[in-house]
Amino acid sequence: MAYSKKVVDKFENTLKNPEKFNVGRFDPQDGDVGTGMVGAPACGDVMKLQIKCKQEGNKHIIEDVKFKTYGCGSAIASSAELVEMLIGKTLDEAKEIKNKDLVEVLELPPIKIHCSVLAEDSIRQAIEDYESKQ
Amino acid sequence: MNKSKPIYLDYASTTPVDDRVAEMMLEYMTFKNNFGNAASRSHAFGWQADEAVELARSHVANLVNCDPREIVWTSGATEADNLAIKGIANFYKTKGKHIVTSKIEHKAVLDPCRQLERHGFDVTYLEPNEGGVITPEAIKDAIREDTILVSIMHINNELGTINDIASIGQLTRDNGIFFHVDAAQSTGKVNIDLSTLKVDLMSFSAHKTYGPKGVGALFVRRKPRVRIEAQIHGGGHERGMRSGTLATHQIVGMGEAFRLAKEEMKNDSKKVSEFHEYFLDEVKKIDEIYINGDLQNKVPNILNISFNFIEGESLIMGLKDIAVSSGSACTSASLEPSYVLRALGRKDELAHSSIRFSFGRFTTKEDVENTLELLSNVVDRLRELSPLWEMHLDGIDLDTVEWQAH
Repeated sequence: MAYSKKVVDKFENTLKNPEKFNVGRFDPQDGDVGTGMVGAPACGDVMKLQIKCKQEGNKHIIEDVKFKTYGCGSAIASSAELVEMLIGKTLDEAKEIKNKDLVEVLELPPIKIHCSVLAEDSIRQAIEDYESKQ
Repeated sequence: MNKSKPIYLDYASTTPVDDRVAEMMLEYMTFKNNFGNAASRSHAFGWQADEAVELARSHVANLVNCDPREIVWTSGATEADNLAIKGIANFYKTKGKHIVTSKIEHKAVLDPCRQLERHGFDVTYLEPNEGGVITPEAIKDAIREDTILVSIMHINNELGTINDIASIGQLTRDNGIFFHVDAAQSTGKVNIDLSTLKVDLMSFSAHKTYGPKGVGALFVRRKPRVRIEAQIHGGGHERGMRSGTLATHQIVGMGEAFRLAKEEMKNDSKKVSEFHEYFLDEVKKIDEIYINGDLQNKVPNILNISFNFIEGESLIMGLKDIAVSSGSACTSASLEPSYVLRALGRKDELAHSSIRFSFGRFTTKEDVENTLELLSNVVDRLRELSPLWEMHLDGIDLDTVEWQAH
């Protein structure tokens, strides 16, 4: 497997210490929570991303994030990496995160770029879900 | 556990060369030993090499109970499959242009068949039954007036399932059709008796049976006579069926490996059967696992299991101290999950989550115990990470969910 050390480390650390790396769930009914789930089991990857936000003035800030991912090593590493990028950001800032940011940070091989696309889509969906509740 | 070296449970992809084989091979390379060309008829160097090659040929023939003159050396089972399939098709193309094979064959059979289709042949690819077996009935229904060849593997490399080549052979013989069998996974695992089997061509590999990589053989029956068109030309070696200077050290290695296989078959089988039984008993304690391939009709050295709600590549990454292979798309260059598991009718997600464990001569009880311990731990952790497992625990039927596939 042509994975970078970063992918391997991220994957292994997430597996060893899921809580520290934000594995988990929020109540999807909670008004402060937005949930995004993308992918399909038949394709080999499903990502579920949940953001918990607080409002400061007219800004919504991502306070906490939880995720669960079914997929290959790089899909799991991409989700864990993304979660770290999101915490503390405003929704507008979060919308600026692109899949290529993940590709760069994790040095994903070309064949695994779809993992980062999936991750980008999961934020978009989670934000949409949150915004629809406001 | 030895931290520096992972546990090897991938014997179905390749085996280590047995030390006894490696030692013998070293005697056929350097100036101080024997380095001759087996085709050199004019001096002792050649004669010695020829003698070694012929002794090796008799060891191979002896394991499968055929005449040594029916063994043709090749570079491996892939070349043997190519030679058998293209060789028969091209030699007998005026008799008919239909070939029957199956969807669970190795690519070394499927790709030559695809190639022949591009040259005007018609190929039927049979579906296995749910247990991963190609039945004689399926063959019977597929053969036609213009069928010239049936090519079916003996033991499937992903599942370990065994096809009934005795019955299929009888059927093809009765219908005047040639029968080729890829037996790369069989030697040293199950008994093969070519004096009773109605098999016309059989492919062998050295490196699946504790011999070196880069050498194999094709059995080509003499009675009744089977003729094939050579695929490699240049000197007329191997009775014109496969030209090229014989790789003496490789051939000696294959011969010795097959001689040992005959000697060790009982011990090897007994040991892997015990591991198989133990592994199966323990692994069944894990929730939501599926054994792929009919347990009643398979070899014990291969065990293929799907761990539902976990993707296979991540499982392999989690099991980094254990060398196994996966049917997951992510471990293949094509990004398609195992075509063998799909042919069984397994859902794609179960194909994605499959792992093949294969045991062999150098596997220890400790290897198996350590693997099981690590496996149950990693499966738990990956399921904790899996949104599908969470949904399963919540009682959601995943088949009713509308997924946003990419």
